Amino acid sequence: MSKRKMENTRLPVGECISQVQEMLRERLCHQQLPDRPEGVEAQHKHLLELLKRTAVHGESNSVLIVGPRGAGKTMLLKCVLRDLQEEKEAQKNLLQVHLNGLLQTDDRIALKEITRQLHLENAVGDKVFGSFAENLAFLLEALKKGDRSSSRPALFVLDEFDLFAHHKNQTLLYNLLDVSQSAQAPIAVVGLTCRLDVLELLEKRVKSRFSHRQIHLLSNPTFSQYLQRVRTQLSLPDHFPDRKFALDWNASVETLCEDKSVEDALRRHFNSSKDFRSMHMLLMLCLSRVSVAKPGIKPADLVEASRMSFADAKANMLHGLSILELCLIIAMKHLNDVYEGEPFNLQMVHNGLRAPAAARAHPTGRQLFGQNSEGIPADETHAGPQSDHGGPAEVPTMPHGRQAVGHVGVRLAVCKRLDFTWTFVCCVLCPARQ
Amino acid sequence: FITKSTRQEMRGTERRHVICKVTKATGQHILIEGEDEDSPYVAKVIRLFGDESGKQKKAVVQWFVRVSEVPLSKRKLLGREPHAQEIFYYQGRSCDDEVDAGSILKPVQVTFGALLPPFPDSALSPPPCPKPSLPPSPPCSPPAAAPTSRGATWRALPTPDLDVMRRAAQGEVRPSRATVSAGKAFAAEAESLHSVTKLSASKCLSAKRRNNSARTPGVRKKLELNSEKKSMISEDILSQLLDEELEGKSAVRRLSDSPPQVLSFPHSLTPIRKPHKAPGALGTFPLRPSSIVLHKVSLSEGNKYHIKILKIISPFSTRLPVPSKYDELLLLCDVDRAEVDNEDSPMLPVAVTPRSSKRKSAQLVSSRIRKQLNLLDNLQDLNSDGEDEEEFVPSKKELQSSSEEEEEEAGLDSDEEVVFKKGRYPAAGSRTPQSKQRTRSSSRTPRKTPNKKVTPGTPRTPHRAVPNIPSRSLPARQPANVLEEARTRLHVSSVPESLPCREQEFQDIYSFVESKIADGTGGCMYISGVPGTGKTATVQEVMRCLQHAADVDEIPPFHFIEVNGMKMTDPHQAYVQILQKLTGQKATADHAAALLEKRFGNPAPRKETTVLLVDELDLLWTRKQNVMYNLFDWPTRRHARLVVLTIANTMDLPERIMINRVASRLGLTRMSFQPYSFKQLQQIIMSRLNKVKAFEKDALQLVSRKVAALSGDARRCLDICRRATEICEHSAADPSTTGLVGMSHVMEALNEMFSSAYITAIKCASLQEQLFLRAVIAEFRRLGLEEATFQQVFVQHQALCRVEGLQPISVSEGLAVCQRLGACRLLLLEPSRLGVLQRVRLNVSQDDVLYALKAD
Repeated sequence: MSKRKMENTRLPVGECISQVQEMLRERLCHQQLPDRPEGVEAQHKHLLELLKRTAVHGESNSVLIVGPRGAGKTMLLKCVLRDLQEEKEAQKNLLQVHLNGLLQTDDRIALKEITRQLHLENAVGDKVFGSFAENLAFLLEALKKGDRSSSRPALFVLDEFDLFAHHKNQTLLYNLLDVSQSAQAPIAVVGLTCRLDVLELLEKRVKSRFSHRQIHLLSNPTFSQYLQRVRTQLSLPDHFPDRKFALDWNASVETLCEDKSVEDALRRHFNSSKDFRSMHMLLMLCLSRVSVAKPGIKPADLVEASRMSFADAKANMLHGLSILELCLIIAMKHLNDVYEGEPFNLQMVHNGLRAPAAARAHPTGRQLFGQNSEGIPADETHAGPQSDHGGPAEVPTMPHGRQAVGHVGVRLAVCKRLDFTWTFVCCVLCPARQ
Repeated sequence: FITKSTRQEMRGTERRHVICKVTKATGQHILIEGEDEDSPYVAKVIRLFGDESGKQKKAVVQWFVRVSEVPLSKRKLLGREPHAQEIFYYQGRSCDDEVDAGSILKPVQVTFGALLPPFPDSALSPPPCPKPSLPPSPPCSPPAAAPTSRGATWRALPTPDLDVMRRAAQGEVRPSRATVSAGKAFAAEAESLHSVTKLSASKCLSAKRRNNSARTPGVRKKLELNSEKKSMISEDILSQLLDEELEGKSAVRRLSDSPPQVLSFPHSLTPIRKPHKAPGALGTFPLRPSSIVLHKVSLSEGNKYHIKILKIISPFSTRLPVPSKYDELLLLCDVDRAEVDNEDSPMLPVAVTPRSSKRKSAQLVSSRIRKQLNLLDNLQDLNSDGEDEEEFVPSKKELQSSSEEEEEEAGLDSDEEVVFKKGRYPAAGSRTPQSKQRTRSSSRTPRKTPNKKVTPGTPRTPHRAVPNIPSRSLPARQPANVLEEARTRLHVSSVPESLPCREQEFQDIYSFVESKIADGTGGCMYISGVPGTGKTATVQEVMRCLQHAADVDEIPPFHFIEVNGMKMTDPHQAYVQILQKLTGQKATADHAAALLEKRFGNPAPRKETTVLLVDELDLLWTRKQNVMYNLFDWPTRRHARLVVLTIANTMDLPERIMINRVASRLGLTRMSFQPYSFKQLQQIIMSRLNKVKAFEKDALQLVSRKVAALSGDARRCLDICRRATEICEHSAADPSTTGLVGMSHVMEALNEMFSSAYITAIKCASLQEQLFLRAVIAEFRRLGLEEATFQQVFVQHQALCRVEGLQPISVSEGLAVCQRLGACRLLLLEPSRLGVLQRVRLNVSQDDVLYALKAD
């Protein structure tokens, strides 16, 4: 008791919960860099060495970091830069330019951004940016004037590197890589991309100037590592203010991870994707369920979160459909089967729609249709030939006591029978396809 | 003695036809369109003729070069500061002396001065002679600084109008100590700025002019006969002379006031001048002793006018056809007479312009001048018996005297200049004649805006800010150990001492360019080769060597310009860059093209061949190919003296992308850089390492062989070696290593760089992703096609899931899996908006996929 007091750890539960939420959210949303990059130590070392040589020795380099989305490319680079900044020698010397292929969609914009980030616009005075050509000449002149021993090394980070390769003539890449291969201002070009074939995008003269260093982030964690990762991501650090709460929390995380249903859910995630970003999304869903009333993550939470993240987006859409819309979809599915994927028009769908209505022996079914299909004239609803097709024929047989039940029933029936329901949703939503 | 009064100045527009005629008079000095409107070329017409068709008039000219056109290296040889308006006789053969008559702008008057050093250091010392071995374009002219009235003076006077004329006359009062001559002053004031004066006006002359201008504001045209002035000391005489001189411009000499004196001038002066000039000329330039033909013509129009033509057989051995010139002059006289009549009559009684001789320095100088003039008079007397001779042999005495005189004049000039400065622009400290001129004109003519001062003559300072990467706060660390040293040396950017394995190519390019430079001709060369075979490096090496050769005068100097198709945003920017590197001018693409066209299309006493390196030629391709056309067309012009070296990657570029007229101009001088063989690569690495022992021999050979087999790209080779040193460094802790880069390190580096990541990526993929790939292959096999829709593949995937005992995934999940594979480019996908209907293809071979999955 006295110990607790000494540590001043007893906080109200609400306070603790908000602390937990804040801390874990920061972690899961990638706002906080991990202390050590996990699973990519070798790559980290390689990149750090490389950039350090640029910063300290003034050696020009170029490197590509390649890895699938969510593999931690940016995280790796940020870790390296953070570590680099800790070294005094590097910190004072390195200029950084960050470009993103999604933002700098052409060389003109990219050049302006580079000029801005290098603070070269000061040299131009009030007339900051001239024409594209002037800009290019300006930047090249600036880079050309530098030399290895006297100029500050500049680090160019090109996020979404593959998009830069689509710029006209790859002028920017050529020039940056050319500078990195000639005795001009020392620069390091770091490209981040998820495309494995990125080198094939480069023109051969650009390619020749690239040093062909690639750092691949293709980690292959086992399931136990994956589970461990979940554990560490959820557990609270030692410096959490309320020590007791932290211990309780961590213990609950332990039990959570040992739960069979949780393990199944996580394994399913692991099978689907090994990247950590999707795992973080899952944990975020769980975390958001934590409240004062429920201080801790229960296995049910995680299972529910898993169910939500695996939910079929298209099937979910069917939940909100009216009966008539469902009928349309069913009719379309029928036509799709009949015509083997050939396109069909609204008239055909409409004709198909009348079949189930007429086929209904049950009066309530007819009533159901009559009530809900204002768009369809009553006589047409009742007329029409028999249908012996499975999908539509099932509609009358469904339980129709209550609307909501009917909907769900229809969805289940449809989903069971038709694997590709969403196609028809698309048809409904996109008139062009009808 | 070498006086030339060939300049007929017409005033106003009404005389234009006459000007035309005048322009074509042989023996005249003319201005010819240059690349720059502000500084036309100067030349003397030797002969006029029509071309074969007779439609186009051409002229054979003798070129003169301006100081600014003389290469710096040669300028030094002059041994003094040339005046900006000074021109030099051009003897080089490298320039075509045939010009299109259309390009002649106007006549100028050129004053020929003695070769004397500028005032301050002059005294009686003989002018420093430039090296006799001057290459084609030795600076010939006498120092502009010392305008001797005695010295043969050619003066160029572009048509002044009345005001201008007057102003000019006044202006001449203080021609700059160095070279400002009356002609220049006129030119400046006439806003033509074209006139090039070879020599400055003599002191006497200037004095005369001053007086004259004060007295005769109305005189418009004057033939300037420089020879006379010396003997005139008294103000009256001076003024008369000035009048005459002014008239002389139009080839009319007014002798009304004192005909006898006028007549006496040429005679008395000639002997003096000639000697004066000849020695200088002989000493400095390849001038032959000139012969002078003096023609006196008097038009007995009421006894009032005499036309005097001084014919000069040029010291440069260009004989001026007497009759033609004569005719022209007569004609001019006719034209002018009326005017002269009108103008001259009222002019005489005029207030003498107050001379600002109060200032001490001025007084000092003037006293000196007076002394000198006395001396001159004596000399003249001595020489007077030679009056009638038409040709003289120079004597030493005369030379001396003239030099003295020159000095004197210089003193006067400076004096006047100072006065002037005091008068209006105290701040204008520049002593360059140009600025003086400008100042003068502005001071005299208020309507001329001061911004006129920013004349083209002054080098336009580039206003572009000079960008700079900030310098580092801490010094770069030097390589500390062998591996780091090796890495530094192996970096592509480190410039090797020599380029091994490209000796033959080097030799070919060198001799090609050298011969073109030596001959003063032009040509194109096309260099091709895959990237990383040393094309650009070799050319640059050649240029370095040639530059060195030029520096030690083994070959004529040349300009080297480099443009890179990749380093410009648009093919037409090539013009802009070339122009900027050539002249420093900035212009739009169209304007730059026009200027370059002019520069390379027109003849000029251009001293230097231009060597243009066009890298990445294929990027200069445009639809009409006019950029490439121009680049290859310019060297074929007679006067261009342009050597174009083009570099591109593909050997058959001319055939593939160039239309015939472009390809044909490019010619057949081609060179192809073969990819390096493994031995060459090895040699390159060895030479770069240069005895730094960092690699095992086998390791080097492995790298070389591997790279040679793949691409022959030297850059690749160096990069691999560099990476290997890093790997070696990392494993240095391992006791088994020797500290040298061994086979294992190289192998690792090679694997890193050459191995495809696809297989690793597949191995690292998640289970569902692997299943999906499997499903893709299964579906391909089923269809017998290399393409399937997602829908089809997904059916297979579901089946596989059941086989594997996995829970079937939903379609959304399946799509997500597919997208992830597509982002890595393991699969090629259509745009994802197509959903389940998008088509899927493999970007890897099926075998690779199966191999990766099996090994799993």
